[in-house]
Amino acid sequence: MNKRTQTSARPPQDRPPEGKLRRGWAKLRRNKAALFGGILILIYLATALLAPVLFPGNPSAPNLARSLERPSLEHPLGTDELGRSILGRIIYGSRVSLLIAVGVILVGLLVGVPLGLVSGYYGGKIDFGIQRVTDTMLAFPGFLLALALVAVLGVGLKNTVISVGISMVPMYIRLVRGCALSVREQVYVEAARAVGTRDVVILLRHILPNVMVPITVQTSLGMGMAILFAAGLGFLGVGVQPPTPEWGTMLGSGRVYLFNSPHVATFPGIAIFLAVLGFNLSGDGLRDVLDPRFRI
Amino acid sequence: MLQYVVKRLLSTIPVLFGISLLLFFMLRMLPGDPAQVLAGQMATPEEIENIRHQLGLDRPIHVQYAFFLSRLALFDLGRSARTQNPVTEEIWARLPNTILLAVVAIALACLFGIPAGIVSAVRPYTWTDYVVTFSALFGISMPVFWLGLMLVVVFSVMLNWLPAGGTGSWKHVILPSLTLAALMVAFIARMTRASMIEVLSQDYTTTARSKGLKEQVVIIKHALKNALIPIITVVGLQFGLLLGGAVLTETVFAWPGLGRLIVDSILARDYPVIQGAILVFGLLYILVNLIVDLVYAYVDPRIRYE
Repeated sequence: MNKRTQTSARPPQDRPPEGKLRRGWAKLRRNKAALFGGILILIYLATALLAPVLFPGNPSAPNLARSLERPSLEHPLGTDELGRSILGRIIYGSRVSLLIAVGVILVGLLVGVPLGLVSGYYGGKIDFGIQRVTDTMLAFPGFLLALALVAVLGVGLKNTVISVGISMVPMYIRLVRGCALSVREQVYVEAARAVGTRDVVILLRHILPNVMVPITVQTSLGMGMAILFAAGLGFLGVGVQPPTPEWGTMLGSGRVYLFNSPHVATFPGIAIFLAVLGFNLSGDGLRDVLDPRFRI
Repeated sequence: MLQYVVKRLLSTIPVLFGISLLLFFMLRMLPGDPAQVLAGQMATPEEIENIRHQLGLDRPIHVQYAFFLSRLALFDLGRSARTQNPVTEEIWARLPNTILLAVVAIALACLFGIPAGIVSAVRPYTWTDYVVTFSALFGISMPVFWLGLMLVVVFSVMLNWLPAGGTGSWKHVILPSLTLAALMVAFIARMTRASMIEVLSQDYTTTARSKGLKEQVVIIKHALKNALIPIITVVGLQFGLLLGGAVLTETVFAWPGLGRLIVDSILARDYPVIQGAILVFGLLYILVNLIVDLVYAYVDPRIRYE
């Protein structure tokens, strides 16, 4: 969100140097949208961590006698086709989606960041090779790339993480390469090279820190995207398989009962929406605070 | 201009080459015999042997790739393991449906997104602006398939105004295209806002205002025209998002398009069709971005000389 900031009226020289962090925090706190996003993320994390406390019992145990019940005191969000509490499955589903999202980001970072660094820092043939591979991957819309990978790897939780993770790799490569390219020519990098510092050290100590800000912003937005992609795969029936409680899969199976029991498909969708909204709001807020250049 | 067109066309060659490699190795990454995979689980030994010979799978790998490329060049993608129809036939039957959906969705998205962005940019940091920016973020965060289902609940189940799925009349197009447009509206509105805010602070806008032109004329004729270029780019880039969304939307509304075809084929392990559908999606995306780049260069001559 774009917010008018009172501090920007003051010339930069007036600001105390140690106030940079505090100013950033103040700016983030004033940004109500980002704050709301942060609260949503906290609720999401707390739900995932405290799932067994919030919902004692097995969320996947069927109880056919109570199938497709409307919301009631006992089951605040109703039950699904197998008589399982939808609230319980949503609570446990937060664990699954969090696990997937973290895994996806790890795959994206571990593959994308080193390739982007090498591509931007060395240039030349290595860069050309990596960039052509990236171009090819970007020729497919992200979700379709994940879908194509699932077609090869097969369904399930692990393959969802790998497929969605790989579909995020080109984004990280591009981002990191761009930063590495601009930092490469800086005097301090040249100085480090001149005194004979090894390339690995230069990459890790001088170039990587400069990439951290855009990576942080991208990771917050990427978490939201990972949750959406994984839920999409689950909805199509090619993601996490039942009986594991996964939000997209729940929505997919609830689709059949849309006419008589719309609550089965409604609530998992709201859970996905709130989690993704949280990451998008705070990603936007972080971008405003950390990286005003990329403001949209 | 011609030089630019040629340069831009040539730049797609490595990507096309990359896609062909990806499709080629996709089948070979699967466990088991590619001939068996292509023929499907129900195939007889003769059928498998036939495919093996046809594709040259008994030859060295570079010969296999050359075979694959020559077949691609002739648009010969093999036969579906499920229906035994040629893959190209299956794709041609579905492609117009997906394109119809995409075109209507883009039109709707521009119709809502551009005015919303303009209003937001003209009155920045007011309630109107906040409502637009928030709705845009809501749109981006919402799972398309869920939005589709909710529209069905409201307009088909509760109000009984529109069909819940299938094709046949213009009424069938409304819900799927609205669903698909929602995501794009958000991106277009955000881009329009950002682009308009920048243009409105330019000197030529001030000049237009100071010579006494009406505000509407300044905004539409002077500002919007210049702000349109980044908006066109965003529409092109988001086309990929639209194709990804089409897979989900078509599933929700049982819309017989390419997206539904690819999902059905993945579930049935019908690899020739998966290959073909992925190829067509990739080509569509490249084509749209090519067109966008060319339009861009036509609208803004500075780009050609970079």
